[in-house]
Amino acid sequence: MPSSTTERGAGPGTEVVERLTAEWAEPPTLRGWFSTVDHKRIGRRYLVTAAVFFGFAGFSALAMRTQLAGPEAEILSPGEYNQLFSMHGTAMIFLFSTPMLFGFGNFLVPLMVGARDMAFPRLNAFGYWVFLFAGLFMWASVPAGAAPNGGWFAYVPLTDERHTPGLHLDVYTLGLLFLGISTSAGAINFIVTSLKLRAPGMSLNRVPVFVWAIVATSFMVIFALPVLNLDNALLFLDRRFDTRFFDTDRGGNVLLWQHLFWIFGHPDVYIIVMPALGIVSAVLPVFCRRGIVAYPLIVLSVVAIAIISFGVWVHHMFATGLPQLSYGFFSAASTIITIPSGLQIFAWLATMLLGRIVVRVPFLFVVGFIVTFVIGGFTGVMFALTAFDQQTTDSYFVVAHFHYVLFGGAVFPILAAIYYWLPKISGRMYSERLGRYAFWLIFVGMNLTFFPMHVSGLLGMPRRVYTYPGGLGWDPWNLLATVGAYVLGLGLLLVAVGVVHALRRGAPAPDDPWGGDSLEWATSSPPKPYNFPVLPRVHSLHPVWDPRTAESTGPGATEDRILTDGRQTLFTSELDGRYERAVRMPEETLKPLVAAIGLLTVFVGLLFAWYWVAAAGGALFAGTLAGWLWPAHRTPEEAGVPA
Amino acid sequence: MASTDAVVRSRRFVAGSAGGGLLLLLSGCAGGGPSTLDPAGFGARRVEGFWWLLFWISVVVFVEVMALLVWALVFRRRPDRRVNRSEPTRFVVVAGAGLPIVVLLTVYGIGLRDLAALSTPEVPPAVTVEVTGHKWWWEVRYAGVDGATANEIQIPVGEPVLVRLRTVDVLHSFWVPQLMPKTDLIAGKVRETWLHAERPGEYRGQCAEYCGLQHAHMAFLVVARPRAEFDAWLARLGAPARTPDSDAERRGQQAFLGSACVACHTVRGTAATGTVGPDLSTVGARWSLGAGAVSNDGGHLGGWIANSQTVKPGNAMPPQPVDAAALPDLIAYLQSLR
Repeated sequence: MPSSTTERGAGPGTEVVERLTAEWAEPPTLRGWFSTVDHKRIGRRYLVTAAVFFGFAGFSALAMRTQLAGPEAEILSPGEYNQLFSMHGTAMIFLFSTPMLFGFGNFLVPLMVGARDMAFPRLNAFGYWVFLFAGLFMWASVPAGAAPNGGWFAYVPLTDERHTPGLHLDVYTLGLLFLGISTSAGAINFIVTSLKLRAPGMSLNRVPVFVWAIVATSFMVIFALPVLNLDNALLFLDRRFDTRFFDTDRGGNVLLWQHLFWIFGHPDVYIIVMPALGIVSAVLPVFCRRGIVAYPLIVLSVVAIAIISFGVWVHHMFATGLPQLSYGFFSAASTIITIPSGLQIFAWLATMLLGRIVVRVPFLFVVGFIVTFVIGGFTGVMFALTAFDQQTTDSYFVVAHFHYVLFGGAVFPILAAIYYWLPKISGRMYSERLGRYAFWLIFVGMNLTFFPMHVSGLLGMPRRVYTYPGGLGWDPWNLLATVGAYVLGLGLLLVAVGVVHALRRGAPAPDDPWGGDSLEWATSSPPKPYNFPVLPRVHSLHPVWDPRTAESTGPGATEDRILTDGRQTLFTSELDGRYERAVRMPEETLKPLVAAIGLLTVFVGLLFAWYWVAAAGGALFAGTLAGWLWPAHRTPEEAGVPA
Repeated sequence: MASTDAVVRSRRFVAGSAGGGLLLLLSGCAGGGPSTLDPAGFGARRVEGFWWLLFWISVVVFVEVMALLVWALVFRRRPDRRVNRSEPTRFVVVAGAGLPIVVLLTVYGIGLRDLAALSTPEVPPAVTVEVTGHKWWWEVRYAGVDGATANEIQIPVGEPVLVRLRTVDVLHSFWVPQLMPKTDLIAGKVRETWLHAERPGEYRGQCAEYCGLQHAHMAFLVVARPRAEFDAWLARLGAPARTPDSDAERRGQQAFLGSACVACHTVRGTAATGTVGPDLSTVGARWSLGAGAVSNDGGHLGGWIANSQTVKPGNAMPPQPVDAAALPDLIAYLQSLR
């Protein structure tokens, strides 16, 4: 049900557009590049940076698979292997998955809710710079030979100062604390944007599922991340200042680390997967030519997962000897959490069964997602069952399981999103043929890599081993997995080629190439700095399929939704999306960058124990923050004081 | 009976899910590895049965989901299809929540039953093995016996054996896939599990919790044998080490006792009483060197003594400045300790 572009063109006059452009355009200078607060530019940067980190982590995986192609190989030393697998996991979780999905959120949430930017544009810029610096901070440790080597889970006492001296784990604890600032800032921004900046008329029951997923994820981040931050702070203190939180000889407790880590760690699985499921709910219905089936159930599922996910962490600790009763409880919770995912799967299937399917590359990746995520779901139920978990945890079976969940459940949707929104982000169409080749290579490669790991795990192969003896039945499965990894790598390379090809040679993209239903398709490709010349009024769940939306931005549009006086967007009420008032948005500024540099200095200083450098960085950060928050000088009238 | 079942099922498993991998699996099975699908003990058998139930449930549901997916892709793709705008909420609730709840409750119940079954043996164990995890080897002692061995646990077949687990350093996990699921070794705690081998044999085990540089080389062997043989073996373990028979072995013993070896290793009945490294009183009879790093033969033993860092980088034993001429004697002596 594609909307008509001609109606949309008949919107505000050229004078309005000129004024908006003058207000919102950022100077195309070097300074402008560093000082931008435009959510679209920041979103693009998140996507590109996260993709580069994905490349690093992917090459780490290829190196590991090469080492494991056959038994007793000596391509990597044990020390190198252990650093690579630790960085692979840490980077894929923290530096790729969440930032990539936050990148899509950054670009899309303001567009989908019909706003002109994120609620806190400067905080948004700050979040990006912190993410970039934290990522570089962690990756720089790899060429220095000081990369984290305690696994992404960094269990004590292996990771304490006595068993792992050197900077390895300090890079880990400080890097994640640093990065956590970015993630928390992003989460707060998403919540406020989605609750306050929605277009008039977009009541909660008209919010796209993707936005719901981002908001639920953000709430999870806000509750889960402080626990990880605490854990890392305690470990840093133990290592650097000999506190004893995790030292059993002196009254500490090693399981405390695991509890805190997984109280964060299991919600984090959903922090990664949920926005990806949101992508599926955005992409799939459009290629089925109808609205998603059972929207309320899907939203309820999203919220349910966000809550239940905080009650399942002990299933990561089923072999640590906690009481049976506790196993019984957490086993039940871990079993129950699959139900909301099951509901979503069947809602998607029903949407497909009732629609008219048009197969394009984004849809292919959605289908790939369904096939692989379902398999990951089965093994997920198995891990909820304590006895089975105790047999297969820490074997290659679990490696197979979570790659089906995370590659199947997050990377496939991310790839679908890349192809689906590339026309909107770049204004260029990708090559369908290249995209299909990439899909098939990735789908075959992914299954060839990870399916055999189920078998090697059942055959008794433990994970996190840098080599293994031949003749135990593991060899052929490992060889298959390695071959698969190269096929997969080739497919992902082809995605990169496809994107570059689109940017260089792609045909200009129409505003709405797919006939999409959400508001990002109601504006130009790529969107102008002000997103919408007229902020639309929303009347239904599928605004672009609803002619009233186009009418609301047509000739009759009122000044209170055009807002040409300075940078402005709209506040609406949290639940019903009622028009409240126009709010002013900030200009571009270098302060977020300077603040992030201050923080980087703090963390580098802490890493090398140059505490005066850390103090100087702290002063720079605090000073910048003071300048940032200093109230602008305004007359009483401007401040809204009644005369 | 059960093992042939397992073979039949694993063939089906391959045919069903991995297609062309059949040849590869058969070649893999020839090695007789530590497969959870080839259980030889009570705990592992219990979980294996559970696995096949879960596997077949998964296959059925997968086929159902794929059938719907393929149906949609084939029949809802024709351009002449009219979009159906109904809201089949009931279908979604029944298929996505109703049926799964029934299945999940069932497997949850079975899982609880298996968890209870695994927690304590049906009869109280008569033998207690004290296993201590070190970076990166397993120290093995028996309650009431004054000897120790390493990376090898002998047990009597056909009865439960209590295993008490401690770690002196980081976390490890005790896993014998064919006998029993994992038990983590937690710093500051004593953990317990039990093994019940149903048939004589050798069952490979391996540390399953990442424990640092040589986590890959922290394997051990559980040897299940008839009670009489086990008793004889245990008596041997508690007795002083064999005395040298030949001149070469005697010269080797002299070299051993005169070297730094004694600071870390024990050979019962001699002046060597170190406790940092494994007890060597029966080293000649063990299945491997370095907890599965290399096989236990003269060549590897010589290489290990001269510089074990090339064999298992990072292990606690420094290179030994042994005179090249004395090395063959030393090897002969150590190999005689059986």
